[in-house]
Amino acid sequence: MSAEKEPLFSSKNIKLLTEPLNDSNPITVQVLGICSALAVTVKVKPAFVMALSVMVVMAVSNVAISLLRKTVPPRIRIIVQLVVIAAMVILVDQVLKAFLYDISKQLSVFVGLIITNCIIMGRLEAFALSNKPWQSFLDGIGNAAGYGIILIIVAFFRELLGSGTVWGFQVIPKGVYDFGYENNGLMILPPMALIVVGAIIWIQRAKNKKLVESN
Amino acid sequence: MMENLVNIFVKSVFIDNMIFAYFLGMCSYLAVSKTVKTSTGLGIAVIFVLGFTVPVDYLIENYLLKEGALSWLSPKLADVDLSFLSFIIFIAVIASMVQLVEMIIEKFSPTLYNSLGIFLPLIAVNCAILGGSLFMQERAYNNIAEATAFGLGSGVGWFLAIVGIAAIREKIRYSNIPDPLKGLGITFIITGLMGIAFMGFMGIKL
Repeated sequence: MSAEKEPLFSSKNIKLLTEPLNDSNPITVQVLGICSALAVTVKVKPAFVMALSVMVVMAVSNVAISLLRKTVPPRIRIIVQLVVIAAMVILVDQVLKAFLYDISKQLSVFVGLIITNCIIMGRLEAFALSNKPWQSFLDGIGNAAGYGIILIIVAFFRELLGSGTVWGFQVIPKGVYDFGYENNGLMILPPMALIVVGAIIWIQRAKNKKLVESN
Repeated sequence: MMENLVNIFVKSVFIDNMIFAYFLGMCSYLAVSKTVKTSTGLGIAVIFVLGFTVPVDYLIENYLLKEGALSWLSPKLADVDLSFLSFIIFIAVIASMVQLVEMIIEKFSPTLYNSLGIFLPLIAVNCAILGGSLFMQERAYNNIAEATAFGLGSGVGWFLAIVGIAAIREKIRYSNIPDPLKGLGITFIITGLMGIAFMGFMGIKL
């Protein structure tokens, strides 16, 4: 911890927490962690569990790497990072299998794929290697939250339009179906996740002009 | 036997395509797909690495990690289940295979090596590679030939997808896209449309 005793929630630290939600969102701006983000978004519940798992892994591994940053030689840092992440992911996987077996089955290989989720490696490289544990912790939570928000938005629309439910509860009333409304089966299929994310990026950049790419 | 292998191969190229059906390896897919040339190189590297790591991991899974897999050592070990270690072992195998591929490419094709640059080591953290091994574990293939067919097929599928998107991206540079959709946004939407096209292969059996 620093000598002059920075307050725990100084404005700079708050910014670490909130910036990834919009301006530097891991999925729509930094393009990290797309791999696992899209496949688990058919329903809100698995998406939420996935976001939570990523948050745990990310916060802990960020802190661990930040504590180790002065002792690990740069040459072998990638191996060290992978080992720390893999150890965390094994823990999370075992906990999910023990307490949330159904969801763990639905997530299938994607829990394991948190290891190679670029968002975690990316933040370790870009942030935790050069910052103090507390800041790294906030950065981990913030980025995982930014990741989770996109996951939940995508899952919300896909579940609502694809199966007429949210979190497993029927929200589209029965009467609407009697009028001839049908669930859009296309929303459940994988390609629609990409198109929904594309639409989210479009909306976000239309509102936030400085994110627009030149090409 | 042969039909079965071809079936697994075709299935993993077209129907269970790594990118369009499971979104694996999206990070490098989005980052490297700006020109056809570099994406061809990366695609070939991925085929190579997947074709090697999946069978190697298959052997490790079946002779070391699975429940009862150690019984060839001594019958006392028949109920040892080490499968919780699979993540860490698979990632170690992948990291060393990538190192090997990197050395081979550097030796035989320095130009390709230079144009791939940073992305070659990044294959180690390409989800498609670890995903291949984990799917192999989940789907429990019967023998090493099937696992190899699956690994190569997934690699070829990934190769097709990245070369396809790179070709499209080279063309759309001259199109008039709404500003906020430029770059990342339109790439996502095109990938989605390509995915819908690939869904036409669903249900094919050989």
